[in-house]
Amino acid sequence: MIPDLGKYADSVLSSYAVSVGLLVVLVAYSVIRGRKMRRDMEKIEQRMSRNG
Amino acid sequence: MSIAAKANALWEYANPRKFLATSERVLPFFWITSLACICVGLIWGFFFTPDDYKQGSTVKIIYLHVPAALMAINCWLMMLVTSLVWLVRRHHVSALAARAAAPIGIVMTMIALLTGAIWGQPMWGTWWAWDPRLTSFLILFLFYLGYVALWEAIEDPDTAADLTSVLCLVGSVFAILSRYAVNFWNQGLHQGASVMRAAAVTGADTEEKVSNVFFYPLLICIIGFVLLFIALVLYRTGTEIRARRIKALMARERVGG
Repeated sequence: MIPDLGKYADSVLSSYAVSVGLLVVLVAYSVIRGRKMRRDMEKIEQRMSRNG
Repeated sequence: MSIAAKANALWEYANPRKFLATSERVLPFFWITSLACICVGLIWGFFFTPDDYKQGSTVKIIYLHVPAALMAINCWLMMLVTSLVWLVRRHHVSALAARAAAPIGIVMTMIALLTGAIWGQPMWGTWWAWDPRLTSFLILFLFYLGYVALWEAIEDPDTAADLTSVLCLVGSVFAILSRYAVNFWNQGLHQGASVMRAAAVTGADTEEKVSNVFFYPLLICIIGFVLLFIALVLYRTGTEIRARRIKALMARERVGG
């Protein structure tokens, strides 16, 4: 399935691994932090509306 | 609607609530299309394009290296625009958008530098050279780190936004240098522009240009990276708006006892 990359296989595959890895980490970190902030804000807003 | 009225309508998005509501509506489109474009572009480029007659299979690195480098430069230019909006009009959302974009720029610059080094080793015989484009890219990367560090170091958000905006103005010199270094100094290992060159596309010059067999999947990857950048900036700006509101609410709670 993987095309024959010849003597440059290591260079090509490591480029893809590094790039895709960094992009996945960036998206995952952004989404996790985004969800946490959303939860925290809702909690504080609920608490404040309860306390008037 | 006149152009002036349309321009005024744009400022409505400086309202955090309006920004959040609109970004929530459009985000699914950007997430899905960016993922689709990146997958199609990378699969097409990796599996269905031939090796280059000079560079062999390392040409497949182009589908990551070029889009990442383009986004690294354009991310800083986007931060420049939003920083100017902050300095001139004092819209908090624009300052927060610049803050939200910086880590994306760091990752894009890292990808460009790392894939460039991995590509350079077999082609140039070295991982790194103090070539004008490589050096200006490294300085741009350091500016990104300094920008994020400055935001974290200053407690007052308005002061932080002011100082980081000034830093962004200064760093813009290196963002522009990263793009045009090869034109300013005709030396170094890195080749000149061979993808986004108007004269090459129109056939007005005869310099070497990326062949269409590599260009089309590359174009799809570039579109994918642009869409991913928009999705991430919108999402992360929403997060920064919420983080700022949390701080404000907690301060109000403390004052209220």
